[in-house]
Amino acid sequence: MAKGSVSIIVERCKGCAFCVEFCPTKVLALSSAFNAKGYHPPHVVAPEKCSGCDLCGMYCPDFAIYGYKIGKKESEAAA
Amino acid sequence: MIPVEEVATNPVEPFLRMERIPHIWCPGCGIGTSVNSFTRALIESEADLNKIAIVSGIGCTGRVAGYMKLDSFHTTHGRAIPFATGLKLARPDLTVVVYSGDGDLFAIGGNHFIHAARRNIDLKVICVNNLIYAMTGGQAAPTTPVTAVSTTSPYGCYEPPFNLPYLAAAAGATYVARWTTFHVRQLARAMKEILRRKGFSFIEVISPCPTLYQRRNKMGDGLDAMKFYKEHSKVKNGAPTAEVGLDIAGDIIVGKFIEIERPSYADVMRHQLHARLGDRYACEEGAVCQ
Amino acid sequence: MTADPKGVLTGAHFLDGDQACTEGCLAAGARFAAGYPITPSTEIVERFAQRIPTVGGVFVQMEDELAASIAIQGAVWGGAKAFTVTSGPGFSLMMEHLGYAVMTETPCVLVNVQRGGPSTGLPTLPAQSDMMQARWGSHGDYEIIALSPSSPQECFDLTIQAFNLSEEFRVPVLLMMDECVGHMTEKVVIPEAEGIEIRPRRLTTLPPDQFTLYATNGDMVPDMVHAGMGYRFHVTGLTHDDRGYPAMTAQAQDKLIRRLKGKISTAAERIAFRDEEALDDAEVVVVSYGITARVAQRAIEDARRKGLKVGKLRLITVWPFPERQVRELAGRVKAFVVPELNMGQMALEVERAAGGRARTIPVPHAGGTVHQPADILRAIEEAAK
Ligand SMILES: Cc1ncc(C[n+]2csc(CCOP(=O)(O)OP(=O)(O)O)c2C)c(N)n1
Ligand code: SF4
Ligand code: SF4
Ligand code: SF4
Repeated sequence: MAKGSVSIIVERCKGCAFCVEFCPTKVLALSSAFNAKGYHPPHVVAPEKCSGCDLCGMYCPDFAIYGYKIGKKESEAAA
Repeated sequence: MIPVEEVATNPVEPFLRMERIPHIWCPGCGIGTSVNSFTRALIESEADLNKIAIVSGIGCTGRVAGYMKLDSFHTTHGRAIPFATGLKLARPDLTVVVYSGDGDLFAIGGNHFIHAARRNIDLKVICVNNLIYAMTGGQAAPTTPVTAVSTTSPYGCYEPPFNLPYLAAAAGATYVARWTTFHVRQLARAMKEILRRKGFSFIEVISPCPTLYQRRNKMGDGLDAMKFYKEHSKVKNGAPTAEVGLDIAGDIIVGKFIEIERPSYADVMRHQLHARLGDRYACEEGAVCQ
Repeated sequence: MTADPKGVLTGAHFLDGDQACTEGCLAAGARFAAGYPITPSTEIVERFAQRIPTVGGVFVQMEDELAASIAIQGAVWGGAKAFTVTSGPGFSLMMEHLGYAVMTETPCVLVNVQRGGPSTGLPTLPAQSDMMQARWGSHGDYEIIALSPSSPQECFDLTIQAFNLSEEFRVPVLLMMDECVGHMTEKVVIPEAEGIEIRPRRLTTLPPDQFTLYATNGDMVPDMVHAGMGYRFHVTGLTHDDRGYPAMTAQAQDKLIRRLKGKISTAAERIAFRDEEALDDAEVVVVSYGITARVAQRAIEDARRKGLKVGKLRLITVWPFPERQVRELAGRVKAFVVPELNMGQMALEVERAAGGRARTIPVPHAGGTVHQPADILRAIEEAAK
């Protein structure tokens, strides 16, 4: 089960691919679709691999993506 | 269904003037990436955001102040440091960050940089070094590597560039580090460190400028620069700053080079005036600003 | 509000103009100065450096005048009242930051103790040749307030006035001294603190969520905030909207420039301080300022002894120029005589305001010393013909 997820603000993206390249688990790929500005934003190709580490968020120069942990409360409860 | 703990917003957003986003920076520009690290540093330093002021000069990097939701000053070209000096001396309670470009801080503003470092004014200076004067269209800067092409060095630059950490250390900076925009976590940690410490502190952030530096030098796009940083950066904490100069395609030595204690300008001033004037010295907090 | 007694050296003193200026700064509440040494202005900050530690405040000697003129603005946005002082070459270096203060509406005082120029010129000798630079020295369209003292007492009084005007209009105010006035020693009477009226900073009373940095209310001058008060505001030298955010349009430029100019031009008459004598039946009016006004006084008296009807118009406020008054006088006098320690700068303004209805006779002088009264007298006699 995925530990994290990402939120992508498609219209802010300028398609630099920093997030795609530096996601440690290769969760993302640039989509073939264009956003309104004419860039290819990223989309999630391997959701189960996302750790929610937010490295994508730290790399994104356009504040267009961020990662977050999910199910934190459940796992805490289980522990 | 997976129970989702929704994170309502990008963690950077509370620190930005969102009404001004999207920003002016190009696709693949590193300035925004450096801002991410800065905001993480603000979070982790647990600083009171109402007591942090950010001062920029002019340039692409100079626009950072205007995007940060802090007391922010977009000053004149080269003069962020003397503005910040006045602000800090008048308001010792404020944390004053200078965030600007390499041309701004080391060409037109170079004299101010060395004097603020010499005086040990308690400023946190973050220099985004994209190796070029970007805002004005890609002219050679005092950081442009030898042989690099710019609009004013069309046959390749032949001026030797500054080695910024060496310069900062020689002038008296008490903290000197260099990271690249690839090193987002290390950069955030370094920024947090300087937010928390006292004394003139300097971080050089090597950053892509795909539009104006790289294009003319056939160095690809922002991602290519980032990959280059990943492959060619060597972490050497404590490296002698004389040995960390950059050239056009060589390794980039990164790390924390210097961290020393030295009494700040304000401390030495108070000490000296007290020694000479005794009780006549009126140094109560807030004396400057009634 | 009246002066903080800590900074007020009440009593009668023998001071030169530079020293009196320092005392004016302290009495006005200036607690921060940044400077770079230059003759003949240095004594002002030397005295400040000596006095301020016991009053409570900071003097910092910067690496140049560019730095000094922006460091004071950092201090002002931190909440201080601040000033810098200089002379010719340093004044040239300060021009960019004069414009920054105009654009960002940063109240501060810049003192220029004028010496001979261009360039390094006559470091130790007087001139009044930066008067047009005071008006137009920074790029762009703006209005400026400049005062010109002609005695050490006025150096004290007008320095306080300069700070008060800077706070009222949120502008940089220039104190245009000259080497003679700066180095002339005379009796200066400093009143009790309660007798000195001080204009406090226009700080907003609105909470952060209702405050807009450059929104005006009533007059054309916005209220201010300081760093660290929780307003998280943005200041830029770029053309900006009411929020202080860059606005790169012709409309934003038009709105801003009209307000920045208008806040001074609409108050011009009220702040055009003058010293007048015998203007009612004058046939000739001598227009002068600063040290030259004192030399002119002698010539005016000599001329009256010869039976000439001579009036005196001494400009205390040199900018904004008292245009309406000169225009009005031009309708009923024969001529204006304008002696000044330059080759004819304010004379151009007099001529412009007179609009051809009365002659303007400049009495130029390249500086280095003051006029001979006889030279001014000759011009008065010529004017009376
Ligand atoms: C006094 C003055 N000279 C020149 C300029 C034009 N100018 C604006 S930004 C800039 C260079 C900025 O380069 P840098 O500091 O490296 O910032 P970057 O744009 O690369 O981030 C120049 C020369 C100016 N604004 N003011
Ligand atoms: S949060 Fe981490 S793992 Fe998830 S997409 Fe972003 S970088 Fe990849
Ligand atoms: S890092 Fe940001 S701008 Fe670049 S591709 Fe990813 S989401 Fe888009
Ligand atoms: S010109 Fe260069 S430095 Fe400026 S925004 Fe574009 S990529 Fe960034």
